[in-house]
Amino acid sequence: MSVSLTSLSASPKHAPARRRIIPATLLRRLMVPAAIVALWYGVTAHGYFDAQTMPTPYAVAVSFWQLIVTGQLWPNLLISLQRVALGLLFGGAIGVILALAASLSRFGEDAIDATVQMARTLPHLALIPLMILWFGIGETPKIVLIALGSLFPIYLNLFSAVRGADRKLIEAASTLGLSHAETVFHVILPAAVPGFLVGLRQALGASWISLVVAEQINASSGIGYLVMNARDFLRTDIIFDGLLVYALLGLATDQAVRLLERYLLAWRPSMITAKGI
Amino acid sequence: MNMLTEVTAAPEINVTETSEAGQNFAVEVRGLTREFGTNSVLRNLDLQLRPGEFTVLLGRSGSGKSTLLRTLAGLDPAPEGTVTVPSARAVVFQEPRLLPWKRVWQNVALGLRVPNARKRAEEALEEVGLGHRLNAWPLTLSGGEAQRASLARALVRAPKLLLLDEPFAALDALTRLRMQALVATLWQTYQPAVLLVTHDVDEAILLGDRLLVLENGAISLDVEISHPRPRRHASPGFISMRATLLDALGVHEDGSAI
Ligand SMILES: Nc1ncnc2c1ncn2[C@@H]1O[C@H](COP(=O)(O)OP(=O)(O)OP(=O)(O)O)[C@@H](O)[C@H]1O
Ligand SMILES: [Mg+2]
Repeated sequence: MSVSLTSLSASPKHAPARRRIIPATLLRRLMVPAAIVALWYGVTAHGYFDAQTMPTPYAVAVSFWQLIVTGQLWPNLLISLQRVALGLLFGGAIGVILALAASLSRFGEDAIDATVQMARTLPHLALIPLMILWFGIGETPKIVLIALGSLFPIYLNLFSAVRGADRKLIEAASTLGLSHAETVFHVILPAAVPGFLVGLRQALGASWISLVVAEQINASSGIGYLVMNARDFLRTDIIFDGLLVYALLGLATDQAVRLLERYLLAWRPSMITAKGI
Repeated sequence: MNMLTEVTAAPEINVTETSEAGQNFAVEVRGLTREFGTNSVLRNLDLQLRPGEFTVLLGRSGSGKSTLLRTLAGLDPAPEGTVTVPSARAVVFQEPRLLPWKRVWQNVALGLRVPNARKRAEEALEEVGLGHRLNAWPLTLSGGEAQRASLARALVRAPKLLLLDEPFAALDALTRLRMQALVATLWQTYQPAVLLVTHDVDEAILLGDRLLVLENGAISLDVEISHPRPRRHASPGFISMRATLLDALGVHEDGSAI
C-alpha cells in the first residue's frame, strides 16, 4: 500500500510529503476507470449504437442529475439502504449468536452446526416464491431475504475463527489464572475478529445481491424499482444510473468495513505502519 | 449448562495445589507416569524441588521435559501418581505467547487480581528493561523484548514456582546472555523455586543450583552445583561439570553421540 510508503520515506509529522503523494495515488487509481469512460464515449458518441441500447456517458450523467434534482433518487436510495441495514442487522445478529453458541460449546455444535450446514447449501434466493406467499410483497420478505443471505457467511467465518483461535494463547491464558469466561473474552473473541470481518465483507456482498433480486421481483420503491421502472419505459440511461448507484454503494460499504478493520485490528503491524506510528 | 467450559477447559488435571508457606518442598512428584498411546514418556517419576532452588532440567529431545513441565504447570494431566505444586505458579514458554491485541502492559496485567494492577505491571516491565515499551503492541517487539515481556508477566504474579521451557532458545547469542543474567538477578531478588528446561549445557551450569537429566522417563542424573556465583565458563569446576553433563546426555565433547 502506498500509504505505508509515505511513512517509510518521511516521518508522519511531515504532512506535506503525504499531501503530495495521496493525490498521485488517486490519479493512478483513476486512470483505468477514466480510460473505460473514454472508450464508452468513443463507441457511443458516434452513433454505432442506438441510444436506447447504449446511452452515452453524458446522457447517463444528465439523467443521474435529473434523478437527483427531481427528488427521485434519495427516497429510493434511502429505502434500499434501510433494507440492507435491517437485513444485515438481523442476519448478522443471528449469525453471530448461532456461531458463538456452536463454536464455544460441544452441545451447541451438535445442536446447531449440522442444521446450519445443511441450510446453507440451499441458495437462499430460491426461497423468494415462499417469501412472497408467506410475507406478501411488503418490506418483510426483502429484509428476510437479505438477512438470510448475510447470516451464513457470518456464521461460517466466525465459527471457524473461534475454533481456530491459537491453542497456545489459550494455554497461556490458563496459566495466568483466567477463568473460562475471561479466556473467551480476552483471548478467543479477539482472536476471532479478523475472521468475523471476512464474514462481514462476504455478508455485505451477499446483501447487495439479495437486495437487487428482491427489489427487481416486486417492489414499489428502492433502486431496483427505479431500474425496473426504467426498463418499462425503455430508459436505458436510468438503468445505467441504477447500476452506478449499486456500484457506489458496494464501494462505500467496503470502505466502511475497511475503516472498521483499521479500528478493530489496530494491533496488526500492517495497520501500525499504515498509520505511520 | 456452562456454554464456555468445553473449548477452554484442559483435560482432567489431577494436580494438587498448596498455598501454605513453610513447606519442605515447592514441588513434590511421586510415581508420575504419563503415556501417549504406547509411548510412555514419564515412568514412575519422583521429583522434589525445594523452595527458592534453581533447578535446571536437561535431556534429549523428546525425553519428556516439556511434558513434565506442563504437568507441573497444570496444563497436562497427571493420570498416575501424585503431583503437589504451589498455587502461585507462572510459566514462560519458548515463544512469548503475548496476546497481540493487548498492549504490552495489558498483557502483563492480564489476570492479575490486585488493586493497581497496571502500576504493578509497569513496574515489572521496567524491571526487565521494557519501561519504554509499556504501550507498544506485542507484534512490534523484537524477539528478545517479547520474551522479556513474557518474563515480566510471569514475575508480576510473585510465583512460588517459576517454570521456564527453553525460554531463550529462539534468541540470538548476545540477547541470550543478557536474558540469562536477567533471570539470575530476578531469581535472586524474588527467590521463587525455578525449573528451567534447556538444551544448553553451559546455560545449565551458569544458572543452576541443581541439575537434572531426564532419561527414559525418569531422572537419571541429579547433581548439586555449589560453585560461587557469578560463574565463569573457564573455571575448572565448570569444565568438569560440563564433561559430566555431556556424558549423562550421551554426547562427546566433540559433539558426536556415544
Ligand atoms: N500431545 C501429544 N500427543 C502425542 N505425543 C506427544 C504429545 N506431546 C508430546 N508427545 C510425545 O512425548 C514425547 C516427549 O515430548 P516432550 O515435548 O515432553 O519432549 P521434550 O523433552 O520437551 O523435547 P524437546 O527437547 O524437543 O522440546 C515425545 O516423543 C513427543 O512426541
Ligand atoms: Mg520441549
